[in-house]
Amino acid sequence: MAETVLEIRGLKIEATTYPPGEPPVDIVIVEDISLSLEKGKVMGLIGESGAGKSTIGLSAMAYGRGGVRITGGEVLLNGRDILKSGARGLRGLRGREVTYVAQSAAAAFNPAKKLMEQVIEATLKHGLCSRSEAEARAVALFGKLGLPDPERIGNRYPHQVSGGQLQRVMTAMALCPEPSLVIFDEPTTALDVTTQIDVLAAIKDAIHATGVAALYITHDLAVVAQVSDEIRVLRGGQTVEHGTTREIIEAPRQDYTRALVSVRSIEHQPKPPADPVLAADGISARYRGTRFDVLSEVSVDIAAGHTLAIVGESGSGKSTLARVITGLLPPHSGEIRFNGRALRPSLPERSKTDLRELQMIYQMADVAMNPRQTVGTIIGRPLEFYFGLKGEARRKRVQDLLDQIEMGKGYIDRYPAELSGGQKQRVCIARALAADPSVIICDEVTSALDPLVADGILKLLLDLQAQQGVSYLFITHDLATVKAIADSIAVMYRGRVVRYGTKDQVLAPPFDDYTDLLLSSVPEMKLGWLENVIANRKMESAGN
Amino acid sequence: MTRIPFSALLGIAATALFFLSAIFADLIAPYGMAEIVGGVWEPMSAKHWLGTDAIGRDLLSRIIFGGRTTIYVATMATILSFTLGSVLGFTAATIGGWVDQLLSRGVDLLMAIPSLILALVVLSVMPVTLTMLILVMGILDSTRVFRLSRAVAVDIAVMDFVEAARLRGEGTRWIIFREILPNALSPLVAELGLRFIFAVLFISTLSFLGLGVQPPLADWGGIVKENKEGLVYGVAAALVPAITIAVLAISVNLVADWVLNRTTSLKGGRGG
Repeated sequence: MAETVLEIRGLKIEATTYPPGEPPVDIVIVEDISLSLEKGKVMGLIGESGAGKSTIGLSAMAYGRGGVRITGGEVLLNGRDILKSGARGLRGLRGREVTYVAQSAAAAFNPAKKLMEQVIEATLKHGLCSRSEAEARAVALFGKLGLPDPERIGNRYPHQVSGGQLQRVMTAMALCPEPSLVIFDEPTTALDVTTQIDVLAAIKDAIHATGVAALYITHDLAVVAQVSDEIRVLRGGQTVEHGTTREIIEAPRQDYTRALVSVRSIEHQPKPPADPVLAADGISARYRGTRFDVLSEVSVDIAAGHTLAIVGESGSGKSTLARVITGLLPPHSGEIRFNGRALRPSLPERSKTDLRELQMIYQMADVAMNPRQTVGTIIGRPLEFYFGLKGEARRKRVQDLLDQIEMGKGYIDRYPAELSGGQKQRVCIARALAADPSVIICDEVTSALDPLVADGILKLLLDLQAQQGVSYLFITHDLATVKAIADSIAVMYRGRVVRYGTKDQVLAPPFDDYTDLLLSSVPEMKLGWLENVIANRKMESAGN
Repeated sequence: MTRIPFSALLGIAATALFFLSAIFADLIAPYGMAEIVGGVWEPMSAKHWLGTDAIGRDLLSRIIFGGRTTIYVATMATILSFTLGSVLGFTAATIGGWVDQLLSRGVDLLMAIPSLILALVVLSVMPVTLTMLILVMGILDSTRVFRLSRAVAVDIAVMDFVEAARLRGEGTRWIIFREILPNALSPLVAELGLRFIFAVLFISTLSFLGLGVQPPLADWGGIVKENKEGLVYGVAAALVPAITIAVLAISVNLVADWVLNRTTSLKGGRGG
């Protein structure tokens, strides 16, 4: 029996919310959570947003974020109840016995200090060893985490290394004091898929090499399956299911876990070929005042009623292509053709009909809707603007659209703040549909949503396409989404289309190196997937 | 509704009192505005609650009528400065480019000259009427409103919902008044109270210097000026309008603070 590092018994966490115009209300965020973690083991905490996974993770440091209070239970770290430690006791404990790796390394590092200073800071503050010993430890960790030039990378500033490297430096920071427990809070969520697996592999190796216990918090079951020994599925602050990684992935007992495991099970039939409705022809574009082509010679077309997925990592130019097509960024060469005729390059020159035919759905539904307008106004405005619908006729059409997006009655007079994330995105879809467009550009529409909610949105988009024959230009970095929804695929890399064709062509070997890297980087719900991929890669990711 | 804090209630009550007495000055004031009813600088009595002024007019009546002039000028100037400043500020933020440059640099130019001195120069060459006072104060103050509303609108203009409106083909007017204005309202409302107070202080300063409201029309700055010699003889008549200015400033500030607290998201993210 290995020694228990962390034991949580009957944890209860509460917070106070301030609903507008009403007296403050106390709500329970986490209730009756008990868990124990042995030395050298990794426990995955998984759940959707609001499941309480980060809150539980932070409670292992006896910390409550932003007004969150731990109101019941015990948190035993190496056998001591740290909730009773008091401020002085906690100061001696945090950064020494338990450390933390945050999601956004870019926001967590002090941009004005060199990396080495920050990595060894906690170790020195706690007087664990001398400066030279600490630096030696850090360099050893940099090497273990696969950072280039471990001897000298500590002399750089945070902005001088890539996002994936920074995340590994933060892991080094957490491991430097040789703690007994490390909390990883979504450490790879903000990274590109191709970078994510390198960081994931580095973190996994480092955990095993140092024998530290770890809590690994994430919303991505496929990721957690690669690093953890056991998994705890959380929902609404309570445990849904708990078991070894193999049990959870291969034989989930609860319906909710089963839904998480089988997510992205959407399939659609291949469609017969159709004439292109929208075509980009040799598009090159650059931002004003720069001499660098963000897009060079991009040619793709979208068939009527089909979905073209544009895939690539951040910086590949996929969102810029959307800006060019909508006319926000006129290209300096090439043209956009709609139903065979050329569209005017810039937005103000286009006719109202052309604007109507091309609609857009955004990644962040929260900021894509005016918070001071009701759902009725948001969806109703395109009806009024393009078709001159007014009064009762407009309201009726809005309700029809709400029915189409499966929201039904009772939403028309609500404000965006009164909707859930998935509902917000649905309203944005209804707003685009209201214009009765031929093409809808979907810019990462599911990447800010929880997996189950995202699945619902994708299903809705497919249904609407089947009913109305609308075409989608689907921009995403998520290949699982692409596999689910696309008819044809364009893979973009550094402003160029490196692979383009129907879904079957693009996803069938032989692959070019970049497509291979991209395809192989999508985490799969299989044990041992990570090791397999790392062993078989042909190309290093760009963000590495 | 959330409970209104005591300080805000006090501010609202006092501010309302000032505005009501300004509107119904004719009914409330015991004597006429320019009516000479007693001796010079009579002390407070049952007949003249606040005593009389330098030429024997009832001071309470002067304060009430003076309040009407001061509050009227300040209110109109504030309305003018907000309309002008926010429309131009939103336009600059929405259109951007050379329109923004032109407006912003023009405002910089105006702000580079101390507003009191600029006002004195303009008023010494132009006929001093209430309308002229309102215009001068409104335009000078609109530079501050311009800065604020442009800053707020620049943040809003880059949001996706504004881009969505542009993509729909909406005109600048829709974008300014329907997309940006509703979201910029709360910081502007809080600023409204503060700018109103600055307008009160400004008109009082101008009148005290003799370039504001002209006698015999009463206004608070003018009343201080008319009675300031009295201070030498121990007559407190000049202090009365000074106190009313201070009380009005404090009460409007209490209201503005409350509005700002209620709407800002800086305090615990309660704002809407």
